[in-house]
Amino acid sequence: MEEKTFEPKITAFVCNWCTYTGADLAGTSRLKYKPNIKMIRVPCTGRIDPVFITKAFEKGADGVLISGCHPGDCHYNTGNFHARRRWVLFTELLNYIGIDSSRLFFSWVSASEGKKFVDVVSNVIDTVKAKGPFQQYQKINKEFVLDE
Amino acid sequence: MNELKQLGKDLLQNGTVKVIIGYAEGTTPNRAKPFIARTPEDAEKLVFNKYCVNNLAVYLTRKEYKGKGTVGIVAKGCDVKAIVQLIQENQIIKDDVYIIGMNCNGAVADLGKADESLAVKCLNCKVHTPHLYHTLLGKLEEMPKTEDENLKMIQKLDAMTAEEKWAFWEAEFEKCVKCYACRQTCPMCYCERCIADKTQPRWIESSAHTRGNFSWNIIRAFHLSGRCIGCGECERACPAQIPLTLLNRKMGMVAFKEFGYSAGMALDNPTLVGNYNTTDREDFIK
Repeated sequence: MEEKTFEPKITAFVCNWCTYTGADLAGTSRLKYKPNIKMIRVPCTGRIDPVFITKAFEKGADGVLISGCHPGDCHYNTGNFHARRRWVLFTELLNYIGIDSSRLFFSWVSASEGKKFVDVVSNVIDTVKAKGPFQQYQKINKEFVLDE
Repeated sequence: MNELKQLGKDLLQNGTVKVIIGYAEGTTPNRAKPFIARTPEDAEKLVFNKYCVNNLAVYLTRKEYKGKGTVGIVAKGCDVKAIVQLIQENQIIKDDVYIIGMNCNGAVADLGKADESLAVKCLNCKVHTPHLYHTLLGKLEEMPKTEDENLKMIQKLDAMTAEEKWAFWEAEFEKCVKCYACRQTCPMCYCERCIADKTQPRWIESSAHTRGNFSWNIIRAFHLSGRCIGCGECERACPAQIPLTLLNRKMGMVAFKEFGYSAGMALDNPTLVGNYNTTDREDFIK
């Protein structure tokens, strides 16, 4: 029997106005990408609390992608600027803890960039697949029995 | 320290302040404890020495004192940083505090210990004389210059691989018992309802298991990044001896490197995370 290959679980937090619409465009354009990605739509990248990201890893994600409007294109004018400053701090923090840039990805994808969305997602999936499962977090998870 | 007692007495007598948050002698000679002086007689009990380790700015945002008239506070340089940061964040009004600044020659690392060496933060402190005060008391002495052990450890961590870093922090966070002493003692943790207390949804698991400990410590450090003024009270309060200063100080260094921001240094500085710049770094965003 063929050995089961590792398929990474990716959680994506995407903004409603740009990347989610971009993903929609990818779909209506019949562009194909792998189904490893679970998208969570949020109103704006400014809505993404870093606690979402730790929760995703906690729940077994091997990688997290965050994507929103290009700077200057935010539906709420400044949401992504605020988010960007937070990410600078948060990526440095996660890096310091031991979650490096091969697990956490950021991108700007506009509503018209269906092709770019496919490229970004494929790149994320390939990178995480090459890196392998997030064993360290999953090891902690296995020790933990939660009645849920 | 008679000048402190006299000043406290005067301030309370002429009504400049309603209360003075200061220090009194502790239960043993090698301790001091936080003390609230409400009457001129109380001011007789005020002391200041190297055992005055607590950061009293944590009391300023409590509902007993916030918005209840002018509060006098006996503050070391690091405490003044906390006060400045609180004013910057609109948590207290500048005119509501009367800062009795103390020239500080360092505080001991921990109370009630035989080893009375000074805290690492004191050895490399830049605000032995507070940068904001109404009255300045005390005399400054020459301090020994020593190696910055914290900085050395941070550099060591920076040089590690992701796996080594993870192993280091896993061993540290494993010890966390979720007592939230770090939060309670922190002058910057003033949220009336902490995210760790929310149950619907429960973002941060409440049991003291390594999984939730990771989220708690990561999120605590993140919420303090660019805001931590480095008083080190969290680490001193931690019953599990988790080196929280390594996290907070690293984030302070990042804030300075990326945005040139130092927490609690200037009243008119806009806060770091509450603001943005169109030229912020984005090389990590593809």
